[in-house]
Amino acid sequence: MTTRYTKDHEWVRLDGDIATVGISTYAAEQLGDVVYAELPAVGKSFAQGDDMAVVESAKTASDVYAPISGEIVETNSEITGENWPIINEAPEATGWFVKLKVSDKSQLDALMDEAAYADYVKGL
Amino acid sequence: MSNTEPKKLPLDALWRARTSKFGDFAGYDMPLQFEGLIPEHNWTRQHAGLFDVSHMGPSFLALPKGHGLEGEEAHKKVASLIERLVPADIQGLKPGQVRYTMITNEDGGVLDDLMIARPAEPGAAGDLYIVVNAGCKHQDWALIEAATKDEANLVRADDRCLLALQGPSAHVVAATVIDPALAEMSFMSVKRYDKFGRLTITRSGYTGEDGYEILVRAENATELAEALLAHPEVKPIGLGARDSLRLEAGLCLYGHDLDPTTSPIEADLAWTIQKRRREAKDFPGAKRILREYELGPDRKRVGIRPNDRAPAREGVEIMKDGKTIGIVTSGGFSPVLNGPISMGYVEAAHAEPGHIVELMVRGVPRSATITPLPFVPHKYHRPKKGT
Repeated sequence: MTTRYTKDHEWVRLDGDIATVGISTYAAEQLGDVVYAELPAVGKSFAQGDDMAVVESAKTASDVYAPISGEIVETNSEITGENWPIINEAPEATGWFVKLKVSDKSQLDALMDEAAYADYVKGL
Repeated sequence: MSNTEPKKLPLDALWRARTSKFGDFAGYDMPLQFEGLIPEHNWTRQHAGLFDVSHMGPSFLALPKGHGLEGEEAHKKVASLIERLVPADIQGLKPGQVRYTMITNEDGGVLDDLMIARPAEPGAAGDLYIVVNAGCKHQDWALIEAATKDEANLVRADDRCLLALQGPSAHVVAATVIDPALAEMSFMSVKRYDKFGRLTITRSGYTGEDGYEILVRAENATELAEALLAHPEVKPIGLGARDSLRLEAGLCLYGHDLDPTTSPIEADLAWTIQKRRREAKDFPGAKRILREYELGPDRKRVGIRPNDRAPAREGVEIMKDGKTIGIVTSGGFSPVLNGPISMGYVEAAHAEPGHIVELMVRGVPRSATITPLPFVPHKYHRPKKGT
């Protein structure tokens, strides 16, 4: 399973037609300790690029955009249960945000793979 | 505003050796964060934090050479000049005393908040030490120069380094590294020390903690900062934690919690206008400010605690029964309370602590409670009198 990244620092990993989405390690580091996060309700649909979630550190509030179009089928109960530190501890693993049922897998082609994202972040 | 590159701090290299997280603030390239906003915040509350605030506007206003006045007379003269701009009783300052005040406009709004100090040293009679905000310093200095023209000289000292040492260990560190006498200084006093070149030190700050603000010449700044940082109780703190610390302490950030439309009375800063000035009614905006002082303002600055976990930041509307009653001017997360806190202005009828309001966060109303300020008690050093 390959992970794809957006310029806004979301990651997305596809398993069948279910995409798991979160924020990148780089994003979590830039943000600092997360003190609040708001995830969308299961059943809500988003188009690629829509505002989908909010993550806040002491410093700032950041929007999280849908990296791919789809319907929310699951949200991370650790995050909805206010275990926000998990986002800093393992942003690209157990700190995932939501799972989406994807309508158009080809949307992933426009996103960066791991190597391209690493280069992108180096240039920031 | 100019498009020029942000200015480098005199201690730029020293901070860059410790962090890469810099950002442009008021035209200066400032360290924003070192080990992390929350650990830096907590370290300052428990130990001592060292902040570089050299972007601010330290300056000296002095009667011209050969003014022929001595002691109290010289002070009263220079104080009367600056009182043309501010509503505080500056003439009444004792040697070595510092006062927090505001430059007000004719409409009674606030153009900046600042510190004015009367030097303790007899040889400095007729001088004032004035520290204004970074973002306002050019405006403020132009106003001061215009108001005191031909009668006093303004000397800018923002080519020097201004360091803030804040926290419960600050007095131990300052006494060890700089001068034992620093432990005994009173809150809101100023004194010159012939250490590390020459230092002008006030016991003051912007965190709610005990601490000092230290003006040092650029050529001595590295030596002083390194000596302070070498103390095990001291860590460098960025601008990020400076903001969360001042918010917990209920202190205003100019341009956010104070602006040219807010009066000192609305901002709950009536205590900064002493009786002599209220009676003389001789400061800019006195008409509105004194009317609000007597009758109460239409809106008031208050503390606000959201009743859930969502921070309500600057610009969030404050509602009551479907009607807008105010706006959040600063908001974020309090590490000490481990929850969100905000500050804002509400209609006076809703300003009582305990009042329940709603905050419109991303279009959703969320319950919040009006709360007394500060959120975290101040710990200023005020020695008992009469000993």
